[in-house]
Amino acid sequence: MTMQPNRLAVGGRIDRGTTFSIRFNDRDIVAHPGDTLASALLANGVKIVGRSFKYHRPRGVFSAGVEEPNALVQLREGARTEPNSRATTVEAYPGLVARSQSGWPSVDTDLGAIVGAFARFMPAGFYYKTFIGPFRNTRWWMFCEHFIRRAAGTGIAPAAPDPDTYEKVNAFCDVLVVGAGPAGLSAALAAARAGARVILAEQDRDLGGSLLDQTVGDTWLRATVDEVASLPNVRILTRTTTFGAFDGDVYGLVERAWDHVDVPPPHQPRQRYWVVRARSAVMATGAIERPLVFGGNDLPGVMSASALRAYLNRYGVLCGRKIVLFTANDSVYATAGELARAGAAVTIVDMRSDLPEELRSRTAAAKVDVLAGFAVVNTHGGKAVTAVTVAAVSGREGGTKGPVRRIDCDVVGVSGGFTPTLHLWSQRGRKPRFDTDKLAFLPDGSIPTLVCAGACAGADTITDAVSSGFAAGAKAAAAADFVGDAGALAPPKLADDGWQRGAMLISAVRAPDGEIPAKSFFDLQHDVKSTDIELAHREGYVSVEHLKRYTTNGMATDQGKTSNVNALARLAELRGSPIPAVGTTTFRPPYTPVAFGAIVGHEIGRHFRPTRLSPIHGWHAARGAAFIDAGSWSRPRYYPVSPGEDVQAGYIREARHVRAAVGLVDVSPLGKIAVQGPDAAEFLDRVYTNMFSTLKVGRLRYGVMLRDDGFVFDDGTTARLSETEFFMSTTTVNAGKVMARLEFLLQTAWSDLKVQVTSVSDQWATIAVAGPKSRTLLQATCGAADLSAQALPNMAFACAAIDGVPVRIHRMSYSGELAFEVYIPARYGHSAWAELMRVGEPFGVAPYGTEAMGALRIEKGHVAGGELDGRTTLKDLALERFASTKKSFAGCVLRKRPVLEDPTRPSLVGLMTIDKTVSIKAGSLLFPATGDIAGHGDGHVTSTTFSPTLGGHIALGLLARGPARLGETIRCVDFLGGTTVNCVVTAPCFVDPEGVRQNA
Amino acid sequence: MLRFKCPVCGLRDETEFDYGGDATVVRPATAETAFEPWYDYVFLRDNPRGPHREFWHHSRGCRQWVVVERDTLSHDIGDVVLARDAVKENRS
Amino acid sequence: MTHYSALSLVAKAFSGHRSWSRAWRDPVPKPAYDIVIVGGGGHGLATAYYLAKEHGLRNVAVIEKGWLGGGNTGRNTTIVRSNYMMPGNTMFYERSLRLWEQLSQDLNFNQMVSQRGQFNLCHSPASLDAARRRGNVMRANGIDAELFSREEVMRRLPYLDYSDDARFPIIGSLFQPRAGTVRHDAVAWGYARGADALGVDIIQQCEVTGFILERGAVVGVETSKGPIRAKKVGTAVSGHTGYLAAKVGLRLPLETHVLQAFVTEPLRPMIDSVISYAAAHFYISQSDKGDLVLGGDLDGYNTYAQRGGLPLVEHTFASAKALIPSISRLRLMRQWGGVMDMTMDGSPIICKSPVDGFYINGGWCYGGFKATPASGYCFAWTLAKDEPHPDNAEFTLDRFRNGYQIDEKGMGPTPNAH
Repeated sequence: MTMQPNRLAVGGRIDRGTTFSIRFNDRDIVAHPGDTLASALLANGVKIVGRSFKYHRPRGVFSAGVEEPNALVQLREGARTEPNSRATTVEAYPGLVARSQSGWPSVDTDLGAIVGAFARFMPAGFYYKTFIGPFRNTRWWMFCEHFIRRAAGTGIAPAAPDPDTYEKVNAFCDVLVVGAGPAGLSAALAAARAGARVILAEQDRDLGGSLLDQTVGDTWLRATVDEVASLPNVRILTRTTTFGAFDGDVYGLVERAWDHVDVPPPHQPRQRYWVVRARSAVMATGAIERPLVFGGNDLPGVMSASALRAYLNRYGVLCGRKIVLFTANDSVYATAGELARAGAAVTIVDMRSDLPEELRSRTAAAKVDVLAGFAVVNTHGGKAVTAVTVAAVSGREGGTKGPVRRIDCDVVGVSGGFTPTLHLWSQRGRKPRFDTDKLAFLPDGSIPTLVCAGACAGADTITDAVSSGFAAGAKAAAAADFVGDAGALAPPKLADDGWQRGAMLISAVRAPDGEIPAKSFFDLQHDVKSTDIELAHREGYVSVEHLKRYTTNGMATDQGKTSNVNALARLAELRGSPIPAVGTTTFRPPYTPVAFGAIVGHEIGRHFRPTRLSPIHGWHAARGAAFIDAGSWSRPRYYPVSPGEDVQAGYIREARHVRAAVGLVDVSPLGKIAVQGPDAAEFLDRVYTNMFSTLKVGRLRYGVMLRDDGFVFDDGTTARLSETEFFMSTTTVNAGKVMARLEFLLQTAWSDLKVQVTSVSDQWATIAVAGPKSRTLLQATCGAADLSAQALPNMAFACAAIDGVPVRIHRMSYSGELAFEVYIPARYGHSAWAELMRVGEPFGVAPYGTEAMGALRIEKGHVAGGELDGRTTLKDLALERFASTKKSFAGCVLRKRPVLEDPTRPSLVGLMTIDKTVSIKAGSLLFPATGDIAGHGDGHVTSTTFSPTLGGHIALGLLARGPARLGETIRCVDFLGGTTVNCVVTAPCFVDPEGVRQNA
Repeated sequence: MLRFKCPVCGLRDETEFDYGGDATVVRPATAETAFEPWYDYVFLRDNPRGPHREFWHHSRGCRQWVVVERDTLSHDIGDVVLARDAVKENRS
Repeated sequence: MTHYSALSLVAKAFSGHRSWSRAWRDPVPKPAYDIVIVGGGGHGLATAYYLAKEHGLRNVAVIEKGWLGGGNTGRNTTIVRSNYMMPGNTMFYERSLRLWEQLSQDLNFNQMVSQRGQFNLCHSPASLDAARRRGNVMRANGIDAELFSREEVMRRLPYLDYSDDARFPIIGSLFQPRAGTVRHDAVAWGYARGADALGVDIIQQCEVTGFILERGAVVGVETSKGPIRAKKVGTAVSGHTGYLAAKVGLRLPLETHVLQAFVTEPLRPMIDSVISYAAAHFYISQSDKGDLVLGGDLDGYNTYAQRGGLPLVEHTFASAKALIPSISRLRLMRQWGGVMDMTMDGSPIICKSPVDGFYINGGWCYGGFKATPASGYCFAWTLAKDEPHPDNAEFTLDRFRNGYQIDEKGMGPTPNAH
């Protein structure tokens, strides 16, 4: 194994006793448990990790956290590959494989960097001004776009389905604490001591936040973590990002349960999605260090100063030997001392000229050079920084004056101050205020159930963070009604450098000539430079949202975590307005990117949506039925009699058999509703267009419901079981909607009606028995009942028993044959079906599926889904006779609107092909026999089938002035299929219009 | 995620409910034959920016229709009552 | 107005791009205009552009309470198509697509109109029949449409789930080759620049707080920058149409709902077309930058808050993975919400209102972006001539009175179902 040139012999929180190898760009890299991919790369001296999006400039690791804009890698390989993974948050594990995402032939030598030579022709928004082309069409742009698309993008999506699994957890707590730094830990402790059930969620592997990047404070950290962990009412979730805050105090979290290994252990989810309903929450999300903008500030080796500290103290990595720290606040001084003690030559370039004596004496003791009142103007170096040019600061706006000095260095640590992490708070629809003291956007207290604490709320020091966190924990607990005594918590003993103390907000450093150097980058990932912001401003894109969209600043994978505030400051400068007047862009979920798989959990493949199965499904499956999805149901489409029988042959055979003998079809998916109560008949009179109060006990009636706007809503057959009890059936697809509507009417406008409705769809299995031999079969199956035509006329029901199980037999026909629907308690559905099949064997009983059922109903001209499309009226469907004139009913007023009464509306007809061998496609348009075929036609074909009875193809359709055109030849045109079929217009009912067969 | 305190079941997620629209529109009597009241009821809405009284159906719970006071700007939720009680109040 | 071209870009590069002029002025509002358009999104700006260009009406102001294109123009999934079936809709949306096809040249602003084609997947014989009807109407009206078999879809979109494990099998697809995507921000900016060059005043950061009414007619607007009189006032304020109309005493047949959209981290080219997954009300495409852009269903309740909730996030992601199983490890980068007028039939309103001087352009549901050019074109016509263009003749308020509901989905007067 190779050496780790930047790994120190001691220090850090890594396990030096264990060494393993990871691969980056086909090179072996040594790592230890506790490393991230980024820390391992830095330890091994890897400088260039990626190339920038636009100009292909070399980029190295910038940060040590989620804000990383540069070090994005293609992690893992094959089906588990993950594009755009931030090396700074990827935990190293044995066998880890990662690659740079851009650069050809390699990330170190990228020919794509030639683009940089043309940078001047590619200012912000250049694509809006070019590629327009001379032709009045889109072809030139699409030609150019082809190449632009190939050059854009970064990582590569997996090509195969994800082999890993995911889990969803619904959780409840009194206090959710987001972030386990000093503030979050203190908050969790206070809330838990007060008795609240606490969930403490930390995105890192370890608890401690910024304390993990320091060498002191461990005693406090260990004691606090131990106490928090020991409390039974605290659940600690590490590696868990709270990515979104939503209404109702609901938070979305993703726990990367097994992302830190090559492959999750068997039966373990890769990630776990937590939906946490919290009574209140503490946001202790810290702050992110802001870069400073100066010439060449994107070169590998330019890093966030706090990251240098993290790599040193947490990972035992000294990123450079000659380090320049460029800052305008106090936070880097402790870092400088630590880096110097670890062996680096450190120079602090501080833009402030009057430094506190305390800082000066500390740096003197630590042998750190300080250039006060200076700024870094430019970096030097090709693929990594080798030196910086500094100049004396002049004025407040980042200006400098000559002469310039050159300082050799291999790393530049930058700190432009800190930006509080307000995402979750802002996602609740709040706008942060700009605090001119702290030079930062801060939350206010406007959400009683979301208390902000620590650095994200402006706490200056760790001492402040602990006290504000502890107070926030108690406050959040109180908001959830836990007011127990939380006691007190002493802060850790450490040097308290204010994170923002003395901070200045400088948008960009100017060279002594007054210009901002050309290669001063604001958004490191999207290569947004000062000149881009200036151009946007010059052209009038002066709102902060316009700036973002025109320059793409803040639209990269880090969503502006490091770039937004600096760009905002630059825009404010250009506009001559203070930052609060310019405003800020909106924070949107997620805080950091979230994998789809995690949120989806188990709802994949077949389980994307529930599948409903009839109680008789097992029989159908055993019989080898071909199933089809019908809404949420899986239903037998047909029952192939031989492996080669296709659906066409199958349904024709089944339909023919029904007309000749007897068939069974499973219609259990029909909606069934028990309507009970003294006012049940009155209720049905109101919801159905036709009269139900006149229906005699023991009889059935077909009914139609309208929507309130007068269009047909649903239809079905309802039985009157007693004076006060009806048994309603609905179409399968509308079962839920009808039920909800009935409940709505009864619970709101008609709450004076004494009616109870109950969905009994799942309580009853339903078998339709149809065909000339259906009575014979049923009589043989339920011997005792009298099912004769006299005892059980059409549209009546009788009670009987099959194999001792009480059933109800409705005599009604959908097929036009003598037919019955048998209602059986659901758990006996399967056995009743089997019994009917057994008893029916001598009569040649055969099952039939939905396809044959459809063919039979089309032959009879019954309307179904194709006709009940939500745009048709009673008249359109030849159902006007079902509109009672003796009473009012839902929809009866608005159905009379003039357009709905227009006699030229398309209405239901039958269609028969003139050439019997030719079929028609549903969705074909109808046109007269002669004339143009253009526009919307005279109507369309709604349902088609081959009619076994007629031996030809038939259809139902909606045709303008249809009933007046019987006998006319019209054209059915399928433009898509390129066919025109001549048809004769007929009445919708093709078979036995007098109903002799069903009334037999 | 909105969460409603169902008068029957207690605090429950939005996903247990279906939305039923503006609860301030009043359904005309079934016997009403005039066009305007029906047109108004079926089609026209105040669509307020701010407090809104609205129907929700606890369809994956107790099957009760409830009337929720919710702010359409902030999503803050006020009283939740059974629709049958709210309608009675409307009448009285 | 500086002409945009590769040549001008190169020329200006040599002076450090310092000589580009403003894309639009920042004028002080005049006391009165012929026409005031409320709303500086795509629809309002397009209206002003066509008023000036087609009707010579240049004494026009567009008043925007925030920043141009900050409403749904900048919050959508950028899809354009013209696959509408109902009379009243079909030719309107086709006009829009034809305007899109030449818009970059018309505006001299690259709109990045990318006709990548759109698939509307079918999952059952019934949905295939419905697609056939839609496609046939399109073809009968001179609009491109094709119906693909399962095999053809497999060939063109190999990464969808065709396994037996798919909950909703893909049995075919309607395909419109000319459909595609447009760079949404460029639409607002391009129309703004074009309108401004023709003399239209675009006034940002100016909120309309009320209307000036005289003898029952609207004769101007009250704004945060003072009163502005106008002979006619048109609104194009997606999501807020009902709110503004209420200020002149109108109740409208619509509700305001939120629709969420999502983008992933950027990727190398993966999805070349627009794909609509009808079984789950889900659609996806890939931007030129490489982000996958996803849209789902409405959250489903009245809201003016431009944010959505977790249930729809879950729904959308589950749809995405059901359709494209390999999407699982990709990551969502950003989600947002836009508020829109959902009408009682799912179709828009472009008409003169019952109040004199007050004209409405709204009710776009979630189809507003693709309609932008035709919406502007027809609304300008309606404002200029006081009568509708034939393509927006049916987009009236009266249609709910007379029964001419233009209901593409057949869902009835339930706004959140469209």
